[in-house]
Amino acid sequence: MHPGLEHYLILSALIFSFGVYGMLTRRNLVAMLLCVELVLNAAALNFVAFHRFLFEGDPAGTVFPILIIAVAAAEAAVALAIVIALFRHRRNLDVRAADTLRG
Amino acid sequence: MGILTLITLVPFVAVGIIMLLPAERLKTIKQVALAAAGIDVALAVYLVFDALERVATPGPAGAPPLWHVERHAWLDRLGIEFYFGVDGVAVLMILLTAVVIFCGVLASWRHEHRGKEFFAFLLLLVGGVFGVFASQDLFLFFLFYEIAVLPMYLLIGLWGTGPKEYSAMKLTMMLMGGSALIVVGILVLFFQSGSPTFAMETIALKGVPLATQAWVFPLMFFGFGTLGGLWPFHTWSPDGHASAPTAVSMLHAGVLMKLGGYGCLKVIWLMPEGAKMWGTFFLALTTVNIFYGALVACKKTDLKYITAYSSVSHCGLVIFGLSTLNQTGFQGAVFQMFAHGLMTALFFALIGMIYGRTHTRFITEMGGLIKVMPFLGVCYMIGGMAGLGLPGLAGFIAEIQVFVGAFADASTSHRVMTVLAASSVVTTAVYLLRALTKMLYGPLQDPHHAELTDATFVERVPLVILVFFLAFAGMFPGWMIKLIAPSVAPIVARLGAG
Amino acid sequence: MTGSWFLDHLWLVPLLPFLGALLIALVLRPLTSPRVCSGAAIAAVSGSAVVGWGAAFAYFAHHTGETLVPWQTLWLAFTPSFAGNVGVIADDLSMLLVMVVTGVSLLVHIYSTGYLHGEGGYSRYFASLNLFTCSMLGLVLSVSILQIYVFWELVGVSSFLLIGYYWDKPSAVAACKKAFIVTRFADLGFLLGVLVLSAYAGGLDFAHLADPATIARLEGVTLLGTSALTLAAVLIYMGAAGKSAMFPLHIWLPDAMEGPTPVSALIHAATMVVAGVYLVARLFPIFSATPEGMTVVMVVGTFTSLFAAVIAVTQFDIKRVLAFSTLSQLGYMMLALGVARMESPLGYTASLFHLATHACFKALLFLGAGSVIHAVHTNDIREMGGLRRKMPITHATFLIACLAIAGVPGFSGFFSKDEILAAALHGGHPVVFSVALLVAGLTAFYMFRIYFMTFTGEPRDHHKFDHAHESPPSMWVPLAILAVPSVLLGFVPFGSFVYRGEVEHAGIDFAIAIPATLAGLAGIGLSALLYGRKSGAPAKVAASLGFVYRAIAAKFYFDEIYLFVTHRIIFRFVSAPLAWFDRRIVDGAMDLSAQASRLGGAYLRRMASGRLQTSLLLVSGGAGLLMLFLILAGQPLFIALSVAGYVAIAATVGRQIVLLLLGRTEPLKRITRD
Repeated sequence: MHPGLEHYLILSALIFSFGVYGMLTRRNLVAMLLCVELVLNAAALNFVAFHRFLFEGDPAGTVFPILIIAVAAAEAAVALAIVIALFRHRRNLDVRAADTLRG
Repeated sequence: MGILTLITLVPFVAVGIIMLLPAERLKTIKQVALAAAGIDVALAVYLVFDALERVATPGPAGAPPLWHVERHAWLDRLGIEFYFGVDGVAVLMILLTAVVIFCGVLASWRHEHRGKEFFAFLLLLVGGVFGVFASQDLFLFFLFYEIAVLPMYLLIGLWGTGPKEYSAMKLTMMLMGGSALIVVGILVLFFQSGSPTFAMETIALKGVPLATQAWVFPLMFFGFGTLGGLWPFHTWSPDGHASAPTAVSMLHAGVLMKLGGYGCLKVIWLMPEGAKMWGTFFLALTTVNIFYGALVACKKTDLKYITAYSSVSHCGLVIFGLSTLNQTGFQGAVFQMFAHGLMTALFFALIGMIYGRTHTRFITEMGGLIKVMPFLGVCYMIGGMAGLGLPGLAGFIAEIQVFVGAFADASTSHRVMTVLAASSVVTTAVYLLRALTKMLYGPLQDPHHAELTDATFVERVPLVILVFFLAFAGMFPGWMIKLIAPSVAPIVARLGAG
Repeated sequence: MTGSWFLDHLWLVPLLPFLGALLIALVLRPLTSPRVCSGAAIAAVSGSAVVGWGAAFAYFAHHTGETLVPWQTLWLAFTPSFAGNVGVIADDLSMLLVMVVTGVSLLVHIYSTGYLHGEGGYSRYFASLNLFTCSMLGLVLSVSILQIYVFWELVGVSSFLLIGYYWDKPSAVAACKKAFIVTRFADLGFLLGVLVLSAYAGGLDFAHLADPATIARLEGVTLLGTSALTLAAVLIYMGAAGKSAMFPLHIWLPDAMEGPTPVSALIHAATMVVAGVYLVARLFPIFSATPEGMTVVMVVGTFTSLFAAVIAVTQFDIKRVLAFSTLSQLGYMMLALGVARMESPLGYTASLFHLATHACFKALLFLGAGSVIHAVHTNDIREMGGLRRKMPITHATFLIACLAIAGVPGFSGFFSKDEILAAALHGGHPVVFSVALLVAGLTAFYMFRIYFMTFTGEPRDHHKFDHAHESPPSMWVPLAILAVPSVLLGFVPFGSFVYRGEVEHAGIDFAIAIPATLAGLAGIGLSALLYGRKSGAPAKVAASLGFVYRAIAAKFYFDEIYLFVTHRIIFRFVSAPLAWFDRRIVDGAMDLSAQASRLGGAYLRRMASGRLQTSLLLVSGGAGLLMLFLILAGQPLFIALSVAGYVAIAATVGRQIVLLLLGRTEPLKRITRD
């Protein structure tokens, strides 16, 4: 059986849900970052799937995943820098403790 | 690159250079700032001479003549363009801005505290102001408008005196409130124009539906009016001016408040029918401005507050002139922008210098100062005389035109308001002479003041420049009228046509 | 081209003193000695006088009756078709004034070199004096009402500067402020008058305003229940009355005596204060066409002349007596204008005749008084006496001036007063005539009162008397020069040079000259009786009048009334409440809106816990709600959900309000953190 569009969509929805769940529940900042990557890649997978099955001629379907990968890389760099700074500062990575932006 | 882009770009380039310089090299930073301002003065003077030659050729029907046009597509989908161009009014405003920033930099020559950022923000603000005066595209106009308004928060909040955070916040919040009204207005104009364009000329010539004008006009007029000190949205100005450092007060009262008046003029051009509907209403509000500002100033004893309330009164005269909706009133209003810009800049520069010596701004604690600082005293007197509309100085030319324009309308309400507004010349004389004589005349109030020194050379330069322009515009108003008249005439024609 | 170099270059007349002032202020004062400054000032005024007198002679020799405009240019274009011009005008009126102003100004400049010798601010004084001369000349040479308004204000400011010459003296400071503000208030009327003209006359040039067509047009417009013509005339007269110190705007002039005495002679006796008379004369065609306006001019003039003369009798400050005398004489000039009409213009000529003679003898009186003050260092005539022996030249010239102002036959004042009285009587105003006659008697009385008290009898203050001496030549020469026209000017056939309408030669009408002379002589006689020798009579008279005398001596309490109105009413009941209103109500409203949003923020801030995952939950929740909206829009379930949402929001807000009302303002407490 060849996987169709719906299989890819289900897969990406699953990955997305795992990502969101992880973001909401994991206390460790690094773990949360990993989950963000999951969310981003779920979106990228969607793009590729739609491109492959429905809009083969449109370059947007291939450009966007690349863009997402680039953005993810940049985001990871910045986020890791923050993580390191935070760790140096607090000696742990518990997001619940980092609430200095409280209103 | 056109001259307008150059004028606008120079301050931004200077900001870049200043940011790259180390903070310790304050002297170089000041020199860069001064050089940028100087280049702009030179360019502005060229622009004026050039405009005087071009002034004979009229613009398209219903629009002011437009010179030095630079027009490039920018954000094409939304019809946003990079569209520069100036008419006579804008040329004068650019000259005013250049002169005031030049004098402002000189007046803050002794500024030390965080000098790098101070001068950078100052120039950033000025770049925004130039951009506003040069823009012919509403989006671009608004963009520069915000660039001009926002640095004020930091300039007052960081370098101010007294309750500076409060004043800075109040000023920014009220001006942002005004901006919100403006941006709504701009968007309405954009969407109703049909074709995606922000170009003022296109929108104005195409015409805005009557029903839209009826509510968008007051919206935008109040928006710009807030910056122009329109009563009752003027209260940011006394506190803001009182808290701001010298150069910032100069720039703010001298130039930034003019953006309000300038914007109001553009709004009238865009929506003449709305202007006719609301003219009398705004005339009444500005009558309050003029009359009330002067009376409140009578009661104040802090020099900066006196000047700030006199600004409320004088800027009221600008919008009052615009609300008359006729040629003479418009000419007077534009002239008043120029005159008031120069004289408040002079006032605030002087107050800064006097405060730097006496360490007080209360006239009750001063007296007999003309004996110890004759130069500053005489300059203050000239400023005061310009403020009370003494002929021979620029203020008079403005006032008489505004009054003649307002009186030309035969309706009783206009007449009554003109008389009320004109009666402020007496009140103005009262508060200016009160401050002047208390501060300068009489016996020396404080024995310590006997040792104070008069203005230094660097301080004299800006004062002399400002006094020169005040007197020159006051004695020879012809060249300015020559620039203003053809630029406001099409607006008046549109008002008459509908 | 007028065929005369002087007339063609008439514009030099105001320009030279202006350049003088500029040169002194910018170059000479900082760089050279005071002597150079005064020299430059005198040179500038001399040049101006030469050109001015040359032009006047050329004019009266060849052009009498014409109006020439040697130079004019467009100055301020209100609209492309309506502009204000500036230029110089040459007609009988302006030429007369140019002669008076340049002549008196030159003499005062010279006199001042002696009077102010060695004082601080010497150069500043001469710069201001030059500035004043320039402004005054610009005023009298104006071609349009806009130009006259411009210079009108400039003379006001020069007067301000010169009254405040002694700027560390509080009384001088108060006086200069008062002078400026009172005249400024009057100028508001002038300004409004100009506005009325600007709206209906279609032009501001005098040539245009004098045109019968313009006057007819102005008469045709009804404004505030009267014609625009009358309204403009009355409003402009308000300005004139302020500058010429007519009742009730007279209060600034006596105080203006705080300035140096030469300034009082030039500005507050001979030239600036007659600007009001000049203005009415200049607009004579307009005033003449409005009987109501002319009645105002006449009544105010007549009243002022009597009112001021009565006060002058009670004053002891020599300069104040002269100041009230000036008021009275200005009232005379105004009443003469007020009785004149285009058809019977004798009053016009008489008024300007009196203007010229008054300028000479009043300047002489002031300069003489200055000479006395210079010698004894006091203004109080009760501390003078017997100075005749010490100061023979001053005495002689002062006596001449007193005889001239008293209207003794043969002296200049006799002729001009006679003409005014004739104008009043022939114009059909017997009441005005009799008041003027009474004033003539009073004038003679109070002038000789100060003459006797100052120059004759025994010295009252020996210390001061011993130090008195005749003034230096720089001071007595101008006195001597001014004495000549004070005597002889009356013999000039004035009416054939300065007139409107038909030339009228009054000649001497004995039916008027004899009572006038008798009134003058009676005044002198009474004065001699009371003050000619030492006696207690004046004090007794004063005591017998009681309250009346005190009221007069206090100048009818006008200063107090004004002070009450300005300080108590305006400052306390208008300015102060407005300032409060601005702070509390207008600004308060702004602050209140800021407080309201703070309150809202304080409540909403609870949502911003600062926890990353809470924020994320809210974001995803929001996204979920949006999706629900898209899927369920329009379905009953959605409507039910929405209603539930609104109820929830309303409940939350309501709870908050209840909390606020109960005083449990939890959100407000938390604001204090920032």
